[in-house]
Amino acid sequence: MTVDEIAAELSLSVQAANDRLDTEVTGGYAADLLSCVMAKAREGNVWVTLQAHLNIVAVAALLQLAGIIITEGMCPDAATLEKANKEGIPILTTPHTTFTVVGRLAQMGVEGTE
Amino acid sequence: MVINQQEEKATTTASPHPEVTKLRELVYELKIEQVMTQQVITVSPDDSMRHLKEVLRLNRISGAPVVHDGGLAGIISIEDLIRALEAGKIDVKVGEKMTTEVQTVFADESIIQAVNKFARLGFGRLPVVDRQGKLVGMLTQGDVVRGLLRQLEMEYHEEEIHHYRASHIFEDIVSDQTGLILRYKVKAQDFVRCGEAASKLKRALERLGAKPTAVRRVAIASYEAETNLVIHTTKGGELIAEIQPQKIRIVSVDSGPGIPDIEKALQPGYSTAPEWIREMGFGAGMGLNNIQTCADEMHLNSKVNVGTRLEIFINL
Repeated sequence: MTVDEIAAELSLSVQAANDRLDTEVTGGYAADLLSCVMAKAREGNVWVTLQAHLNIVAVAALLQLAGIIITEGMCPDAATLEKANKEGIPILTTPHTTFTVVGRLAQMGVEGTE
Repeated sequence: MVINQQEEKATTTASPHPEVTKLRELVYELKIEQVMTQQVITVSPDDSMRHLKEVLRLNRISGAPVVHDGGLAGIISIEDLIRALEAGKIDVKVGEKMTTEVQTVFADESIIQAVNKFARLGFGRLPVVDRQGKLVGMLTQGDVVRGLLRQLEMEYHEEEIHHYRASHIFEDIVSDQTGLILRYKVKAQDFVRCGEAASKLKRALERLGAKPTAVRRVAIASYEAETNLVIHTTKGGELIAEIQPQKIRIVSVDSGPGIPDIEKALQPGYSTAPEWIREMGFGAGMGLNNIQTCADEMHLNSKVNVGTRLEIFINL
């Protein structure tokens, strides 16, 4: 399953790196604490979070995540989007809560990688 | 303090088909003139079909462009010849039997134009002309495939040389103990650039050909160390990585404020980060834990009002 397919299924709006949506998703991870993400998220995972500031891109790039889904209508600023474009990390936003998004992802067959 | 690293579970990775993207890119990048056949066998409209038959037979080709006064006048194929033979008109001129409305491509167009034309028209070959209409070459589907393969091979080879040079640095430079030292200055409170040092170090290791699992551990440990310098220090600090053939040593040094209780600082979840930093998702108090998990060996020394020195080793 690709980031593109997830974006379409969940009606997510693509905010950055729309040329990198063909990445295959290996699983999912949800948390708002960067250290937790560093410790647990795996390469190719899609990361669901409330955080919208610049450092989510650094974390996603270091872990080579497939993309970041920002929930509850949080909107990353221009600097964050610019960095995401540069690093090739797709950023997708949704008005729904993290809980709802993760539920839908699970229905689609995206699994946690514990 | 020495901590043993537990074997990391193998992670499954799916590749995002870079070949397809690369090929697609090349189809737009490569120009027709780079892949076409330049030596073209042509005939004149005044030549007989009998002459054409010999030209096709001797050169083992199935058609030829017809050139008159340097310009492209038409194209003639083996099918035209067979029809002429059946009608007993082997001595008529090529000019009478050729197709005059010729589909051509321009030499300076990208090969995607030709690929589209081949697909749409079902032709086996297309004459290539310059912008003045002068015939400069012929293009077959085989030329396109060969051109793409050649280019792919070239680019692959370049990347290979690059990778080879980097990964053989330790064999090419001989000493009793060769190490590559990378130093990164990290500013306090600079959340905008936080993560840059870790990402540069990660890239360097990838270039040097380190194992992906080792690169991941270095990336996590160095990111957490860098974050600590940004969040907790008064004047920032320095991240120094010494890469050796078998292992990497990462040292993080700062000049304060120092950790009052190291035992406590190592407990998962213990954090001294102020609220505004926690709101950004930092300071969950798991940084040192994460580093410990990733390191094969870790030493942490700190003195209040003097500074902190963290040294870790990760086997590559």
